[in-house]
Amino acid sequence: MRKVFISITVLLFVLILILPFISIVFGAFQNGVGPVIQAFKRPEAIHALTVTFIITVIVVILNAVIGVILSLEIVRGKWIPKWLHSFINIMIDLPFSVSPVIGGLMIILLFGPTTVLGMFFENIGFKIVFALPGMVMATVFVTFPLMVREIVPVLSELGTSSEEASATLGAGPVRTFFQITLPSIRWAVYYGLVLTIARSVGEFGAVLVVSGNIINQTQTATTLVYQDSVNNNIVAADSVALLLGILSILVLLVLEWMKNRKEGRVYAYRGKKFRKALWSISSGQPSKFSN
Amino acid sequence: MGPSGGGKTSILRMLAGLEKPDAGEIYFNGKLANSLSVQERGIGFVFQNYALFKHMTVFDNIAYGLKVKKTRPAVIKERVHNLINIMGLEGTENKFPDQLSGGQRQRVAFARALAPEPKLLLLDEPFAAIDAKIRKELRVWLRSLINEFGTTTIFVTHDQDEAIEVADEIIIIQKGQVEQQGTPWEIYNQPASAFVASFIGESNKLDAPLSLNGFPELSEYKGPDVQVLIRPEWIEIHSENAPVRPEAGQEGTVRHVHFRGDSWYLEIELLNGIRLFTYQAINQQVYQPGDKVNIFIHRLSVFTPKETRILENRSKVDLMPINL
Repeated sequence: MRKVFISITVLLFVLILILPFISIVFGAFQNGVGPVIQAFKRPEAIHALTVTFIITVIVVILNAVIGVILSLEIVRGKWIPKWLHSFINIMIDLPFSVSPVIGGLMIILLFGPTTVLGMFFENIGFKIVFALPGMVMATVFVTFPLMVREIVPVLSELGTSSEEASATLGAGPVRTFFQITLPSIRWAVYYGLVLTIARSVGEFGAVLVVSGNIINQTQTATTLVYQDSVNNNIVAADSVALLLGILSILVLLVLEWMKNRKEGRVYAYRGKKFRKALWSISSGQPSKFSN
Repeated sequence: MGPSGGGKTSILRMLAGLEKPDAGEIYFNGKLANSLSVQERGIGFVFQNYALFKHMTVFDNIAYGLKVKKTRPAVIKERVHNLINIMGLEGTENKFPDQLSGGQRQRVAFARALAPEPKLLLLDEPFAAIDAKIRKELRVWLRSLINEFGTTTIFVTHDQDEAIEVADEIIIIQKGQVEQQGTPWEIYNQPASAFVASFIGESNKLDAPLSLNGFPELSEYKGPDVQVLIRPEWIEIHSENAPVRPEAGQEGTVRHVHFRGDSWYLEIELLNGIRLFTYQAINQQVYQPGDKVNIFIHRLSVFTPKETRILENRSKVDLMPINL
């Protein structure tokens, strides 16, 4: 009986992951290597990949700072009453449960060209929607839970006794933060950042809505793939998709290596990490089978 | 020392500055210390779970306090190595806490607290996570360590054997109140309340009114608030054929015996129904349930809300009863 279940699982795995990936490889190289290189040399492709890169870098930096500060406040903030804790937990899990498209829509509703905030920012020369800031915002919305959900369990488990020990030895809050607190959570931070990278590169829905997908301006690698597949440019679509796919696999390998490095810290979410990583890639990649 | 939840750790943390008292003052060497921050108090703290810095080596852990004080690297090196030798941690300088045994981690915690030469050392149940057998060895080690360093040390524990063996002075805390403060001898032999008497050492607890041979004063105590405590070591057992002082002993029957390794545990029922427990050394006469014995109670304690009294067996005082 077990063998039947294992066979079904392997079959599903092959159908959903392996076969489509192989078809992407074949689709990209169907006319040889030349068209693939051409696909990457297109100005809109170079621009789109650059935009994805810039967004990812900015989001990683923002998430590192915001993620750590937010996590510290959630776990150790004395000013938070008990009832607020569950509310905060819901808020943090919101981007997981809500479609990224809705995240993008929220930003348009708040900062769109016809809104008070949107017009205010546009007047001071800072365009949010249909520009980079909006796309960064959308990506942060989708990725900051990954940071917080990694760091909070570690902080909760560590407790404050190390920081108290540091204080009794004469260290002030700044030294204690940089020499004791940060090093103690660094692997959770690194892990969260790698997840952030994977998710930012693969983000599609939220960024599509907020950016307007303007070629050579606000197009990202993922929306480029979408556009190519809509225009029936299979080779180009599959080429960029293949690049993103290989990148995801590399990220997963790094994550696996990091997990072993983490010296067996006990998390509540241990089993979900691999699923989360897969999810973050698969939800951002549009399938060329859907129109 | 005191039962769990009594406030011992809270007091320690208030002394360290980790918690703020709602009322009251703390004085260090006569100077008010309430407003001093944790960093300024010049104390060393050993936590129950050691709280070692997991990402730092043993050397760096111990050197931390000295680095904060901006001590010169050469001096730091010398002091840390000195401490490592005293603590018996040679060879572990470059190891991380998770590579050490529990005992080694604890010694690192002590070394780390002692490195900056604090004026006050605070120990929060540092032996709580250690096996019972090793704890006994550690008590001797701790005593000699304190003697060598000469630092005033406040040691929180709920293990009374530990307190009695290690302390120069014991403060017993229950529910935030000081029950008694004194030397181990005073606490043990002159307990100020029934709580202290029953918390330290073991006691037979009896209610008034009761009468026992050799204690005529017991008849004065009738009320419900009276507690009479007899420590097992104050009870001497003799077989009924060879009583020590026949007019001062109590007749009784052995009801229960069990083996404890280094002694026997006996429960004896007296004629008036009172049951007392006591210990008999291994090399002395062995009794069986049902044996008739004569016990001699050397002394007992009486506790009332108004007074605490220790009564000696009258026949010890009056050695030559006149029986003409």
